[in-house]
Amino acid sequence: MSVLTPEAGPQAIYRVNPVAKLGATAIISIALVLSIDWVSASVALACEAVLFLFAGLSPRRFLLRTLPVSAAALFGALTIVLYGRPSGTTYFEFLLINVSDGSIELAIATFLRVLAIGLPAVVLFVTVDPTDLADGLAQVLRLPSRFVLGALGGMRLIGLFIEDWKSLELARRARGIADRGRLRRFAGQAFALLVLSIRRGSKLATAMEARGFGAPGPRSWARQSRFGGREAVLLLIGAAVAALAVTASVATGNWNFIVGG
Amino acid sequence: MRASPPTPHDGDAPSVPGARHGGAPGVPGGVPGGSAVQARGWGWRHATRSSWAVEGLDLCIEPGERVLLLGASGAGKSTLMHALAGVLGGDEEGESAGELSVDGAAPESARGRVGLVLQDPDSQVVLARVGDDVAFGCENLGVPRDEIWTRVADALDAVGLDLPLRHPTSELSGGQKQRLALAGVLAMRPGLLLLDEPTANLDPGGVVEVRDAVERVLERTGATLVVVEHRVEVWWKLVDRVVVLAPGGGVLADGTPDEVLAREGAALAASGVWVPGHTPEPPVRRRHGAIEHVRTDGLAVARREGAVLHSGIDLRVRSGRCLAITGPNGAGKSTTGLTIAGLIRPAAGEVVAAGLAGALGTAPASWKSRELVSRIGTVFQDPEHQFVAATVREELAVGARAIGLDEAETAARIGGLLDRLRLRHLANANPFTLSGGEKRRLSVATVLVTRPALLVLDEPTFGQDARTWRELVAFLAELLDSGSSIVMVTHDADLVAALADEEFRMGPPA
Repeated sequence: MSVLTPEAGPQAIYRVNPVAKLGATAIISIALVLSIDWVSASVALACEAVLFLFAGLSPRRFLLRTLPVSAAALFGALTIVLYGRPSGTTYFEFLLINVSDGSIELAIATFLRVLAIGLPAVVLFVTVDPTDLADGLAQVLRLPSRFVLGALGGMRLIGLFIEDWKSLELARRARGIADRGRLRRFAGQAFALLVLSIRRGSKLATAMEARGFGAPGPRSWARQSRFGGREAVLLLIGAAVAALAVTASVATGNWNFIVGG
Repeated sequence: MRASPPTPHDGDAPSVPGARHGGAPGVPGGVPGGSAVQARGWGWRHATRSSWAVEGLDLCIEPGERVLLLGASGAGKSTLMHALAGVLGGDEEGESAGELSVDGAAPESARGRVGLVLQDPDSQVVLARVGDDVAFGCENLGVPRDEIWTRVADALDAVGLDLPLRHPTSELSGGQKQRLALAGVLAMRPGLLLLDEPTANLDPGGVVEVRDAVERVLERTGATLVVVEHRVEVWWKLVDRVVVLAPGGGVLADGTPDEVLAREGAALAASGVWVPGHTPEPPVRRRHGAIEHVRTDGLAVARREGAVLHSGIDLRVRSGRCLAITGPNGAGKSTTGLTIAGLIRPAAGEVVAAGLAGALGTAPASWKSRELVSRIGTVFQDPEHQFVAATVREELAVGARAIGLDEAETAARIGGLLDRLRLRHLANANPFTLSGGEKRRLSVATVLVTRPALLVLDEPTFGQDARTWRELVAFLAELLDSGSSIVMVTHDADLVAALADEEFRMGPPA
């Protein structure tokens, strides 16, 4: 599966430790979920738009990868326009639907906010190699290696599950039961996949154990997960974006703490 | 950071937190060599079973010996292998008796001293890249970083995998995956190499790759070898001792390959082992006049849209005749079989099943699922993919219900198949709990309930012992004689020799 072995591009961002990407995303997200105004979100988004030029993605790939986030933002905004808490002038009203100044402003703020939080997360993680992430989580953040490596090993099985699912589907047609009862068939097929995946999982666990996984004594790491200048720079950029957004929002009087708000 | 493959000298200081330096684990004294195995009255009982899987085993294997371990299905070969590898589990998994040791120590405490390679190539790859996967065992043993990458290079060299360290493991063939698994255990510098049916799931090319790699490894390391395999001719020249486990416990025969063959050859062949010189007789066939069931005109096959594996396929499938589709992995054999079976739509060209269609259109892919089962029966490579019911009997009833057979007829057909394929005693068992041979027999029986005129089989003899093989061949020959047609996708040259009337050899993937 290519998700597990992405090709590294020449850009610097590919060589940044995934843990730093996780950190930078977290800093921006935390700052932006504290308030729900349009200023902080648009400042953050504007900064990010510039930074995306260095994200190592072609415009086409950028659009494709961020499509789900954009769609989610748009859908969220639409819902709020229609059903958000009304205030100010009301433009349109029908049953529960109430489009007003207040709901429009809230919708814009939400739209910008989802993009400002979602886009950097997606963009930074497109360039993450799962193996590097696992190395970082275990070596830099010191998460338990059993857990991290177990998850990493398990991820490889996902590709096999997809193959299994296709075979299960063909086999149902071959058995004469693919014409009716779609829902029941789906349930049966899901159960069969569960059985197969448990079996594959336990075989993998045996293979891992046979190679000393979980052996007593300290583990060494074939790949060193480094956390240095590049990583610090990315974290600082994240902090700067967050600080700029919050400052601009507070200075213009738009900041409103979501808690208790 | 892995922009370039890490090498021992790329400047990465081996400042691994907690790494143990001096005296690499798994290599006492730093010199690889063979381990000794000692079993004294050893036995094991799985927690969920009442009988012992292995009982009263006395066995002594000297350092550097190469042992082929045989025994009927259920004699406890795999249990012994898992025990030697220290992965049987603790008290909650089962109960042990007597003593079992590797180099005088309990196997669980000798991790890294023992390397185990299992049957299924897909379930042994741990990481996404070749180099990382080989390094995995060393990391677990706490080998310092610099030494890990030296060992990885050595191990890959020893098994003849000449690939970049960053090569994705998902792109390897079955034979390459097994050699990767071998390299992974080799990098731990084991004194005892355990191979549990390492070539059972491979095509003939893969079998040779793995056998040659093992031979090279043994010559370099002098490690002790214990290998379990049904197809013994693969290892016959390589091993110097054959041990046959008795089903009730203990050792049935022990000696050089020739001694054991002379004494126990016939008995082993009867119990399902593929013994040299005991090749099963091909069945005698009556070939009467043939009518065309299916033909393909300029057929192109693809698993996914746009990814054509093979094109320009013109085949004829006739009653009473068996067509074998052969060729290397990835050539599109299975896809061709499934396309003829009406399960995958042709990418181009046509499958014309005029001889089976009756009142329906001639393209099997256009038939409804329940129209398909009474015309074409497909047996999948992995029987578990096609099981849909909770018991063997219900499993057999599925097809009958789909075509609307009445109860009396259903019961009669199921009864006949249960007896003919020796499944009567398992009628109420869950299909998933059957042995490999039983699952195969059941998967064949399930498609025969609806009496399809064409049978499409995908690797029907994969991983099967000689006894199941003989039964299957005899049964398929009977079906052919009664006027059915068979298309079989297979690597098994013996099966082709025994049954095929025509062979369609597909070239390597374009």
